[in-house]
Amino acid sequence: MSAPTWAGVEKGTALPSQTFTFRRGDLVRYAGASGDFNVIHWNDRIAAEVGLPNVLAHGMLTMGTVARVVTDWAGDPGAVTEYGVRFTRPVPVPDDSALDGSGGGSTVEVSAEVTDKLEDNLVKVTIKATYDGATVLAKAIAIVRLP
Amino acid sequence: MPVDPSLLGRTYPPSRPYEVGREKIREFADALGDDHPAYRDPEAAKALGYPDVLAPLTFPIVFALDAAMAVLRDLGIDLARVVHGDQTFRYARPLRPGDRLLTTVEVTGVKALAGNDVLTVECVSATEEGEHVVTSVCTLVHRGAE
Repeated sequence: MSAPTWAGVEKGTALPSQTFTFRRGDLVRYAGASGDFNVIHWNDRIAAEVGLPNVLAHGMLTMGTVARVVTDWAGDPGAVTEYGVRFTRPVPVPDDSALDGSGGGSTVEVSAEVTDKLEDNLVKVTIKATYDGATVLAKAIAIVRLP
Repeated sequence: MPVDPSLLGRTYPPSRPYEVGREKIREFADALGDDHPAYRDPEAAKALGYPDVLAPLTFPIVFALDAAMAVLRDLGIDLARVVHGDQTFRYARPLRPGDRLLTTVEVTGVKALAGNDVLTVECVSATEEGEHVVTSVCTLVHRGAE
């Protein structure tokens, strides 16, 4: 698929959907890369103590991963001038992978569409991300400059 | 503990600059499982019109969330009771290696909602030369006692 152009998209144009699976190892890696070492993202005992259903994926890991639906579509990650989300529901990530880190995990389904065409070659893209049928990010919007 | 409404408009000057590193960008992109070459290969980034590799969209959280947390520490709020409500980034341009960013923090919203305190914190990051690069806005929800 060739990169989208402002003239070539309209309100309602769908972006290719993607799914992303988060495993416990992904959370550990993201904690290290981001510096967010909140224990609810890696410690089962404390997650249970504070009443959570399981260890939770970092909201920012979900936000950063889901952005790929937009950046992969645009082809140029720097074309995004604004990106925002509301965290509505956390993604629980069980410790259920094999010794080599494969299998198990929690899968988030992501779709997106152009919901407005703006001036200056900008478009508004609204992203929908669900886990287990429930919305995990609301008001998930990217403003993208297209050629 | 209700947060004092007079907090609205309070600003926090930048602490030491955060220097964006090439390998930190790679590490962050790896952690997102994002294999876009523009995060790793300067030639791929140049082909898109950038002087060097760029950082993923959510990279500014590496320094912005910590800057925002300064507000909570200042208030003596128990961080274990704080939930990230929403997050927005507005980019003047992509971040790149060598950027030395100073982040100024301002409390732009204070409200009570269903027994929770909701703070909106705006983090404006500019280079040491004063070029605005990114503004990160987050809302932090401080859950009231059960």
